[in-house]
Amino acid sequence: MEKPLTEHIKNDGTPLSLKEYEAKGGYEGLKKALKMTPAEVLTVVKDSKLRGRGGAGFPTGMKWSFVPMGDNAPPVKYLVANGDEMEPGTFKDRLLIEGNPHQLIEGMIISAYTIGANMSYIFLRWAYHLAAKRVLAALDEAYKAGYLGKNILGSGYSLDMDLHTSVGRYICGEETALLNALEGKRANPRNKPPFPQVSGLFGKPTIVNNIETYCNIPHILAKGAEWYISISKSEGGGGTKLYGASGKVKNPAIWELPLGTTLGEIIEEHAGGMQDGYKLRGLLPGGASTDFLTPDHFNIKMDFEEVAKAGSRMGTGTIIVMDDKTCPVGMCLNLEQFFAQESCGWCTPCREGLPWTAKILLALEEGRGKPEDIDHLTFQTHYNAPGNTFCALAPGAMEPLQSALKYFREDFEEHIHTHQCKYKH
Amino acid sequence: MDNSNQVISEDARKEIEALFHHLPHKQAACIDALKIVQKYNRWVSDEALVELAPILEMKTHEIDSVATFYNIIFRKPVGRHVIFLCNSVSCWVMGYEAIHKAVKDHLNIDFGMTTPDDRFTFLPIPCLGTCDHAPALLVDEDLYRDLKPEQISEILAKYE
Repeated sequence: MEKPLTEHIKNDGTPLSLKEYEAKGGYEGLKKALKMTPAEVLTVVKDSKLRGRGGAGFPTGMKWSFVPMGDNAPPVKYLVANGDEMEPGTFKDRLLIEGNPHQLIEGMIISAYTIGANMSYIFLRWAYHLAAKRVLAALDEAYKAGYLGKNILGSGYSLDMDLHTSVGRYICGEETALLNALEGKRANPRNKPPFPQVSGLFGKPTIVNNIETYCNIPHILAKGAEWYISISKSEGGGGTKLYGASGKVKNPAIWELPLGTTLGEIIEEHAGGMQDGYKLRGLLPGGASTDFLTPDHFNIKMDFEEVAKAGSRMGTGTIIVMDDKTCPVGMCLNLEQFFAQESCGWCTPCREGLPWTAKILLALEEGRGKPEDIDHLTFQTHYNAPGNTFCALAPGAMEPLQSALKYFREDFEEHIHTHQCKYKH
Repeated sequence: MDNSNQVISEDARKEIEALFHHLPHKQAACIDALKIVQKYNRWVSDEALVELAPILEMKTHEIDSVATFYNIIFRKPVGRHVIFLCNSVSCWVMGYEAIHKAVKDHLNIDFGMTTPDDRFTFLPIPCLGTCDHAPALLVDEDLYRDLKPEQISEILAKYE
């Protein structure tokens, strides 16, 4: 099984130096790309069926194709890597940045070349101190070796790259909020359109992609679109995916597997099933803002289409497992308290609705629930649905709740009728 | 000129001004400037905002609106060390509450509080991205994972 993104990451977790990375074929993809025109590189990325790995799964080549190109295009454009990774239960980008920072840098250089950007930023969340140190060391190596700076490898193309470490807030992962943070402002999301591809950072055309997305690019260039499609098990996209699991499984970790590996294989084979004494009751397939799935869904493929058909989203592909001794109402309370705290406060349904939701769930957990509370919670899931809010934060917050009300409704009812949480002891 | 009452040191000011050269306008350096102030002073006081305003060519309240938005910019004094305990979902499933209680019992403070000797401030933090090793916490920049409540006293003993 091919694992292009992680095969060279060392077991002890130390990063590959530039020399080590080059010895494993590093920067070959860039050398190949620089001999092609940007339009030719874009065609390869489109043909590879790479889809964004940040959660939404938008086709990467198509996203890039919206950037104005040619003689009449704005002279200043930007490329940004979204390394905010604050989705609870998500820990995949950390592995890629800490283990092989040059892979990310190479992917970003190729991508920036494709859209004609001369300035790029890695937006990294505050808590990733080790990742920040390693990125800075790798950037220094890349500049000294001529992979960054003026006239890269004699191609005539120039690119600068800088690290921005964030100062917190989940909303920074939303790409337009991230751009406001990079401009030194409050990270409120922006209206779309205009989309960042046309008017992004400082009003210039900007591409924002997830860390894992960029890490795929060097391999697609080095080995081709056909190879990239061949290593996937999904009809809807190429490549591998970093899947993970946390919670009371035997072996919580991250694994690079073909895109479209089944949910059952990930949980039973790779995560090793549940710890002794625990049964799997439900799981969030791709971070905190995805709908619960149950063991009945083990045969579905973890890709964008099949998880959507099952009523959830693949999201970040990092699974949070809920065992039979964990309270579904308590888990929803934890999630909604997080989302309520992280609401940027810009639009009313989110700013008011999420704390209201969390308060109702707290009442249920403390034995103060009332029969009408289930209707109130259901109302919130509609009130904060897509189309009623400014961005995707509140609709995402409703995904675990609406599915918990579907699959674990008896737990909500029991909390209300018995005036207690039976999971607490 | 007597600068002895300044809260932003000359070193901090130089570091902030060095940010400007690759930015289209000075306001774009606002977040990084706040980080620099905090690096030198541990927190961002009202006096620091007043001194920052002319440097960034912004109004004091504009800087404050940025400073109060982000949870890692401190607008109240913090202790010499800050404990950030992850309270997000994977750590919650894996026993965050026992770690919370252990820190509380050991230091006699809860979230948002600083020990009377100014040694520790205790704060909750969203997911630290190390969910396969939950529960987890940070002390300053040091990450501790796979925590058991009985380890807390030993970990905190490392910080003076």
